Amino acid sequence: MTEPAQDSYQDGNALAGPLREIFAVDVTAAAGQCVHCGLAGPVASLRVYGPAPGMVARCPGCDEVVLRLVRGPDSAWLDLRGTVSLRIPLPGPGVPDGTGEGPA
Amino acid sequence: MNGRRLVWRIARLVEIRDETPSARTLVLQIPGWPGHLAGQHVDVRLTAEDGYSTQRSYSIAAPADGERVELTVQRVPDGEVSPYLTEELTVGDEVEIRGPVGGWFVWRPNGTAPVLLVAGGSGIVPLMAMIRARRQAGSRTPFRLIYSLREPGERYYAEELRLPHPGLDVTYLYTRAVPDGWARPVGRLTIADMNTGGWPADFGPECYICGPTGFVETASDILLAMGHDARAIKTERFGPTGG
Repeated sequence: MTEPAQDSYQDGNALAGPLREIFAVDVTAAAGQCVHCGLAGPVASLRVYGPAPGMVARCPGCDEVVLRLVRGPDSAWLDLRGTVSLRIPLPGPGVPDGTGEGPA
Repeated sequence: MNGRRLVWRIARLVEIRDETPSARTLVLQIPGWPGHLAGQHVDVRLTAEDGYSTQRSYSIAAPADGERVELTVQRVPDGEVSPYLTEELTVGDEVEIRGPVGGWFVWRPNGTAPVLLVAGGSGIVPLMAMIRARRQAGSRTPFRLIYSLREPGERYYAEELRLPHPGLDVTYLYTRAVPDGWARPVGRLTIADMNTGGWPADFGPECYICGPTGFVETASDILLAMGHDARAIKTERFGPTGG
């Protein structure tokens, strides 16, 4: 995630900051499943186009849209219609943070 | 950190280290910094006097050290943010930072599987954070680094990587120019390089690849062809955010 070359897309790691504005935990480590082809894999492995006018994350398997995120001045639009589900790693209740958001 | 709201914090530049003629390490002091894991990144926001603001993501180059956070920034010609960070920002200046973010492309010092790091150009940055985190933790997990770059003058952290690190093997691959007497001809990463400088799939290593998209895809395809488990291959690509 250092700065960019001339490639046409980033990967789902680039969604970490924008999604962390919305969710209390890191979602890039979550396993998502694509509605279109059924491929399951971490959100971090999606292909992300953007940032303007919003970030569009496509499936690395079939290139269909899995997730869209637009940050407006007073709200964020999150479109997950291309996602069957997200399996989000979470520590057990009372267990210190293990989701990669830094030392507990 | 879970549940804590992601906020923009003021970071003050306390030290600059030039890595190459076009890349420098910025050491920032960030009051309230919550700590981070090797491989995580931050968003940096610059705001002009007229209120226009823009942000970019940068990998953190070193493990957590109190309120000090190190980023290494490559200047992108005609970029919007990196020329400012690499040429104009001076010690004492402030920028806004939020993070750390990213929980997938990370290495934790309690990991015991051997580790393969594959860097293309400035993709070395988050991998260097892992190497430094290993050393900081006194970890004995064996590491191998394959570092592909155009020519020797573009090496980041050259002095530090030259020092012996027990348990860390470093292989350099050059794609345009090699040092005098260098055995391997110039060329892009091949399966032979990965065989020689990496780990056999049987060892069950965790593999981290970071670099430009084409490089990441090549490296990842080679590892899959060698029989590595797709779930053990983590990748991070540079994007098109325009510098």
